[in-house]
Amino acid sequence: MAEADLRNRPCGGRYGDIVQAIGNTPLVELKRLSPKPGVRIWAKLESHNPTGSIKDRVARALIEDAEARGTIGPGQIVLEPTSGNTGISLAMICRRKGYPLKVVMPDNVTRERTQLLQMYGAEIVYSPGDQGSNGAVAMALEMAERDSRYVMPYQYGNQANPNAHYTGTAPEILEELDEIAAFVAGLGTGGTLMGNGRRLKEELGDAIKIVAAEPMQGEPVQGLRSLDDGFIPPIIDLSLLDRKIFVTNRDAIIWTRRLLDEEGIFAGVSSGAIASIAVRIASELDEGNVVFIVCDDGWKYLSSGIYTRPVDEIENLDATVWW
Amino acid sequence: MATIKIPPVLRPSVGGEKEVQAGGGTVGDVLRALAEQHPSTESQLFSGDGQLNRYVNVYLNDEDVRVLDGLDTSVGDADTLVILPAMAGG
Repeated sequence: MAEADLRNRPCGGRYGDIVQAIGNTPLVELKRLSPKPGVRIWAKLESHNPTGSIKDRVARALIEDAEARGTIGPGQIVLEPTSGNTGISLAMICRRKGYPLKVVMPDNVTRERTQLLQMYGAEIVYSPGDQGSNGAVAMALEMAERDSRYVMPYQYGNQANPNAHYTGTAPEILEELDEIAAFVAGLGTGGTLMGNGRRLKEELGDAIKIVAAEPMQGEPVQGLRSLDDGFIPPIIDLSLLDRKIFVTNRDAIIWTRRLLDEEGIFAGVSSGAIASIAVRIASELDEGNVVFIVCDDGWKYLSSGIYTRPVDEIENLDATVWW
Repeated sequence: MATIKIPPVLRPSVGGEKEVQAGGGTVGDVLRALAEQHPSTESQLFSGDGQLNRYVNVYLNDEDVRVLDGLDTSVGDADTLVILPAMAGG
């Protein structure tokens, strides 16, 4: 049986370097989380990318886009706001290509993000945690305005972000499944939902529902002076979405544990949130395939204790930017 | 009457309350009732043309009403409206 499996599913490909090995991630059925027979739930394990998150696709696309446009040159520094994963992906790629990188990140993310950024050679500037990613975006934009050495790919407003999914993630899914009732992903920058949503709707029509799971940030992270300090990434087009549902930090963590305990999937907090919505959508169907994205692996959340402690004993549950 | 959960940034405009009750059959009706009770919320919630302010997200229980029927989304007495500022991830 082992030999037959190897013949049918050979090594995941041979690549020239680690950047080329981005993508081509597995689609894994989650039989135990399916609420009823006939409805199949599939997890696309973007955690299997080189730095452990879906952002490897986006970072590669952002840098390749900048290179194609000729906007990165000698003496310039790549600058990007991030809640962590995009920064980590950019750090790996920029180091390989020889581009200096500075990231702006909220100061209330898990400490592993800082370690990973440092490991891959990025310089970090911290923004006030009580403003979440909004604060990081505002700070980075201000820095770029003041200093022309900075080149900001700007994942929130750069079409290279959703295009990475339009040309990469979505075709991989379509290669494996002829019919998909719903696609569920996290709404952060909007890239995953816009790129996959556009491609999946083009191929499957309105039969497929595009569903966004978004974080309900804890009150300590809503440190805005007014509602006008809100931020909506320019790449987001709400008309592409069929549902947009928030998930509390508590529920996201509970479901992250369920992914681990019931399906053996070691994933980050956003994946738990997305899984909870995927199962909810699945419970509303009579039959069909529901695909959801596992955005990152769980290593960078280990210090938080979410995999070993009861959720009500997690420190800074509401004051942490989890995704 | 529906329950409206008020985000920290809006609480100074509603006397510091975390939750407010307001009546109405649609999201628009309930929010306008809130604005009648607390007039300083009006310019924060609504733009000049009576639409939801761009950076305000309103959820019927946990679903963004902009992806439902917007301000025309029906609301029942057992429902909760959650107002949240637009916060990005990534």
